[in-house]
Amino acid sequence: MLASILVNDQFQPKKWKDLRVGEIIRIQANETLPCDMVLLSTSDPTGVAYVQTINLDGESNLKTRYAKQETLLKMPDEGKVSGLIRCEKPNRNIYGFHANMEIDGKKLSLGPSNIVLRGCQLKNTNWAIGVIVYAGRDTKAMLNNSGAPSKRSRLETHMNSEIIILSMFLVALCVVVSVCALIWLLNHRKELDYLPYYRKQDFSKAGAKDYNYYGWGMETLFAFLMSVIVFQIMIPISLYISMELVRVGQAYFMIRDTQMYDEASHSRFQCRALNINEDLGQVKYVFSDKTGTLTENKMEFQCASIWGEDYSGGNSKIEQGGYSVQVEGKVLRPKMKVKTDLELLQISKCGNGTKEGKHVGDFFLALAACNTIVPLVVDTSDPTVKIIDYQGESPDEQALVYAAATYGFMLMERTSGHIVIDIQGERQRFDVLGLHEFDSDRKRMSVILGCPDKTVRVFVKGADTTMFSVVDKSSNASIIRATEAHLQTYSSLGLRTLVVGMRELCASEFEQWHSSFEAASTALIGRAALLRKVASSVENNLCILGASGIEDKLQQGVPEAIESLRTSGIKVWVLTGDKQETAISIGYSSKLLTSKMTQIIINSNSKESCRRSLEDAIVMSKKLVTIAGVVGNVGGSSEAGSTPVALIIDGTSLVYVLDSELEEQLFQLASRCSVVLCCRVAPFQKAGIVDLVKNRTSDMTLAIGDGANDVSMIQMADVGVGISGQEGRQAVMASDFAMGQFRFLVPLILVHGHWNYQRMAYMILYNFYRNAVMVLVLFWYVLFTSFTLTTAINEWSSMLYSVVYTSVPTIVVGILDKDLSRRTLLQYPQLYGAGYRQECYNAKLFWLTMLDTLWQSAAVFFIPLFAYWCSGIDISSLGDLWILGVVILVNVNLAMDVIRWTWITHAAIWGSIIATFICVVIIDAIPSLIGYWAIFHVASSVTFWLCLLAIVIAGLIPRFAVKYLYQYYKPSDIQIAREAEKFGNLRELGAVQIEMNPILEPPRR
Amino acid sequence: MDVDGEGVSAVATGDRTIPMHPGRHEAFHQFTQQKLPACKPVLTPAWVISIFLLMGTIFIPIGLVTLHASQSVVEVVDRYDIECIPEAFKSNKLGYIKDSSIPKNCSRFLKVYKRMKAPIYIYYQLDNYYQNHRRYVKSRNDQQLLHGLKYNGTSSCKPEQTNNGLPIVPCGLIAWSLFNDTYEFIRGASELTVNRKNIAWKSDRDHKFGKHVYPFNFQNGTLIGGGMLDPRIHLSDQEDLIVWMRTAALPTFRKLYGRIEEDLNADDVIVVNLMNNYNTYSFGGKKKLVLSTSSWLGGKNDFLGVAYISVGSSCIFVCFVFILLHMKNRRPYGGHNLFVLEQERHL
Repeated sequence: MLASILVNDQFQPKKWKDLRVGEIIRIQANETLPCDMVLLSTSDPTGVAYVQTINLDGESNLKTRYAKQETLLKMPDEGKVSGLIRCEKPNRNIYGFHANMEIDGKKLSLGPSNIVLRGCQLKNTNWAIGVIVYAGRDTKAMLNNSGAPSKRSRLETHMNSEIIILSMFLVALCVVVSVCALIWLLNHRKELDYLPYYRKQDFSKAGAKDYNYYGWGMETLFAFLMSVIVFQIMIPISLYISMELVRVGQAYFMIRDTQMYDEASHSRFQCRALNINEDLGQVKYVFSDKTGTLTENKMEFQCASIWGEDYSGGNSKIEQGGYSVQVEGKVLRPKMKVKTDLELLQISKCGNGTKEGKHVGDFFLALAACNTIVPLVVDTSDPTVKIIDYQGESPDEQALVYAAATYGFMLMERTSGHIVIDIQGERQRFDVLGLHEFDSDRKRMSVILGCPDKTVRVFVKGADTTMFSVVDKSSNASIIRATEAHLQTYSSLGLRTLVVGMRELCASEFEQWHSSFEAASTALIGRAALLRKVASSVENNLCILGASGIEDKLQQGVPEAIESLRTSGIKVWVLTGDKQETAISIGYSSKLLTSKMTQIIINSNSKESCRRSLEDAIVMSKKLVTIAGVVGNVGGSSEAGSTPVALIIDGTSLVYVLDSELEEQLFQLASRCSVVLCCRVAPFQKAGIVDLVKNRTSDMTLAIGDGANDVSMIQMADVGVGISGQEGRQAVMASDFAMGQFRFLVPLILVHGHWNYQRMAYMILYNFYRNAVMVLVLFWYVLFTSFTLTTAINEWSSMLYSVVYTSVPTIVVGILDKDLSRRTLLQYPQLYGAGYRQECYNAKLFWLTMLDTLWQSAAVFFIPLFAYWCSGIDISSLGDLWILGVVILVNVNLAMDVIRWTWITHAAIWGSIIATFICVVIIDAIPSLIGYWAIFHVASSVTFWLCLLAIVIAGLIPRFAVKYLYQYYKPSDIQIAREAEKFGNLRELGAVQIEMNPILEPPRR
Repeated sequence: MDVDGEGVSAVATGDRTIPMHPGRHEAFHQFTQQKLPACKPVLTPAWVISIFLLMGTIFIPIGLVTLHASQSVVEVVDRYDIECIPEAFKSNKLGYIKDSSIPKNCSRFLKVYKRMKAPIYIYYQLDNYYQNHRRYVKSRNDQQLLHGLKYNGTSSCKPEQTNNGLPIVPCGLIAWSLFNDTYEFIRGASELTVNRKNIAWKSDRDHKFGKHVYPFNFQNGTLIGGGMLDPRIHLSDQEDLIVWMRTAALPTFRKLYGRIEEDLNADDVIVVNLMNNYNTYSFGGKKKLVLSTSSWLGGKNDFLGVAYISVGSSCIFVCFVFILLHMKNRRPYGGHNLFVLEQERHL
């Protein structure tokens, strides 16, 4: 990768890795920046550069960055320029930059609007020249990039701790055996020389000496080592392999699931990580990105209120052709088509003839002019058709400009000095005399236009709250009232509203404004404050033109999905780079926020104020929760916590919270809230928030996002889900699972996650049990062989035990068993709770299983032992009986726990038992082995078959009885749902269910 | 246990309909969507109680029949290892058994308490004899047993591999320690014929012990472990050896000595003339002689019958407990009230 660097007054290519701070770099259009640079000059005479920041914050629209006026004309390749930039140390904040530049003895302050960050792309600007301020690892993009941690599933971590217990158990068994062996040796030490079955002394050569005996110490050690070898299957190595196979199988079913197939992009679900399938079933926190994840990132103009008239377009439709303009024989057409209201279209076409037409015209002129949108003309495959693509920082403005274009007010051209608007086929040029940018205090922007008819007009656009305060209320009160009413309806529909106003300036007013604007915009100190003052001097006594309603289109099924997630007890946190207002309005439309909720908003500018507001908020939330609790108790119903609290916090406050002692308070507060919305957060803050939750609870976290800005969050969370949307592939590449749409999260975690967890949990317990039974049977036998580790079961069988005899059924059940149907799981999201409450795998179940193992192994071992005591049975025959007993027992045990019997399950379980018989027969048909023909001799006796039957029944009775008692008298949700599924009274269940939505939990440590 | 129809009926919740070819594709679709027709058994009280009842009713009769079979077997057991030592050597058993100059013959009188039908099996029983000891079990060579001196890799037989530089056939501790007490049975005046053929497994005789392998250099060492073998008889016909080399699984075991193919009547007294050659005194083992008839179940062992009866009766007991519990404390199945309570418990 080469970049163009100024060396000896000439720009020369240089490798990215060789870039150094202080060098001057030149970037061409569509080039990606290799470093963070302060702009010096651009191809635009006013020093504007347009950049796309999709890799940083996930927003696909263009942002404007400015070169300082003072450096604009100094072309470094033409003559020497010297200057000094003082900037802060490298940091992760991509929205902040503080520096100053000394050039020609003047000190200029630099802010975030003067810096272009690594990873951005230069667009719509031919070139830009800048000074490198951060390079390589110091760039903000790299600092936001936390390395990908390796993930291991929660279940596996628990499993590993249980494996340590099993290892200790193994060591204990070995110690018992070796100590017993030692005692036996010491007791018999006088007899050992001549003992027919020991014969320590070797007489074969002259001079008797010990044969194969190294003293009791060594013999004990050998006994210990030997027992480690014999009992080593206690540690289920094969379990790891089976788990991998099961995960592959589960992944196959997730990928093939038609309900997670995105038809729009023809993309299937992707399983990128194969080792955390079961974590999907234990998620407690979901962290979601907004743009592109919850929303489609497409704003759509929905309705307008103009002069008190509502054009909500009941009879709207997308016109096939849309509005288009002929320029030099070519057809220009806006990129996006907007739904139009026919009546409104009619009026706007009539033009200025009627009074109505004039109002509508002014309204759309305001929409087309009062913005910072840049039109780009793009060629299409058809040479006669060109497309106008509106690029700008705000997707709302884009939507408004597209709407204006559709109604015949097409913005054609924008420079810093003028704009060209095609009004109903007539190109008109407006001079831009001044522009007051949007700021969060005024919450509005304005533009002062010199119109073709020589009038000077100011157009203002802004949020309704601030607009109504600057409207001239005296003249058109009725219109204001009507507009307010319309705004009310729009916002209740979840639309984003903007109010547009206008005023004509008379010459004296304009002069006065102009001089103060000039003064303010060149002021060095307090420029922003001065500009604000100038703006407010002109933004008053407005005549209201109307209001617009824009829909931030949610992805399909998002509100339902969020509803399901919340019902299932999962906490949904939305982390977005968007403005607070946008975030809140999306919160409402996606049902994340409801009108019943109390909102706690934290916007602080210092650590102190942040601490204060957090403390207040905690007190408040406590109060709310207790009140709710009291009300709930009086009501006596399940409405505890029915005044849910929503926390809204912005990125600036988070700067003070994260990595400080306030984290704890934030977590306490957040755990009381059912919804948390974080706005204006940087990518690394997203990861920081995930980390905050991860560090403080043992609960699983899941992060879902679609852009490069979500990468760190996705990597940080226990489970990362990427949406393969429009915003590049980075999120998908970093994720563990990738899918087409947000709503697939519901089938993914509520259905597949639940199944995977239940299956894997059962499989682990079963494998522990299966291997332990075998080991214990071997152990019992050791007690009857004077502790010498003879194995009755031949080596082949003990090797095949966990590979062939018992492995297939557990894998098949691990892939195919379903405790509940998809329909039930989706209908009652509460059932998901079994996962994060760890109901399927916990210490209690582990110990119960081990207890059962003890009993079952005893049944397997002692029934044949007593039945054949004092008989002529030989080692191999009894060994065959034991291995068959164990295999049948563990397979029937599995069969007892299978919930859904498909033909595959039948084939696997009964097939395994048959395969075991065949294997044992084959092994016993090899003449060179000691057990030759043993199975035929032993199986011809009735005792053999009676023993097998007794083993299976006696072994399983306790488990069966306990299982039934537990299911019947202490049923879990899942058990009840299973019964309901079976006996078909799901409907009645549903009626009672719906009331108990909000789920609040006391904070847990 | 009904078959659930999930796979057949379309599920209402947003199931996408995908154009399908009938038959194989449909089945594959069911498979990938995890909707194969399946049976979903649920443990209802009725099922559980009837399962336990069934178990009880099956197990108790089997137990009774088994117990009866075991009881019908007549078994005469005589421990002779202590009694056969002359009074003079009672305190020095080892001296007695090791001194080959002392005659080892001994007579025992067995009283048949109940009529015994032919064939009557003669077993010797050893107690506290670990034929399953790891050192012992491994101390043999199956290749040599089959191929004789042609096979040399007999290191597993140590320390009974060679003697005086010559290989031993059959080698190893097991063969070396061959049991060598012999028994003669006299009823009244006549000697009872003991059939000592076909006491070993046919499979062993045919495939594990060679027909052309003869004992060689056997039991020639300083330490005699047990019986001698006739070097003129090939191993495949040395049935005592073959029986002995099927090592027993448990420290108390019986091995077949022969069969008496005559009925013995109740109150018959049988004189057993035996040669008490085998040394179990060095490690406190017991030697017993067993005469036993057999039933369809094998020898006399009450354990299986008792086990079946107790498992069966505990099934019946559990069944009654469950019936009582069920009558006292009934839970509505799939009951919605409980579902809600369950949820609240977790809140």
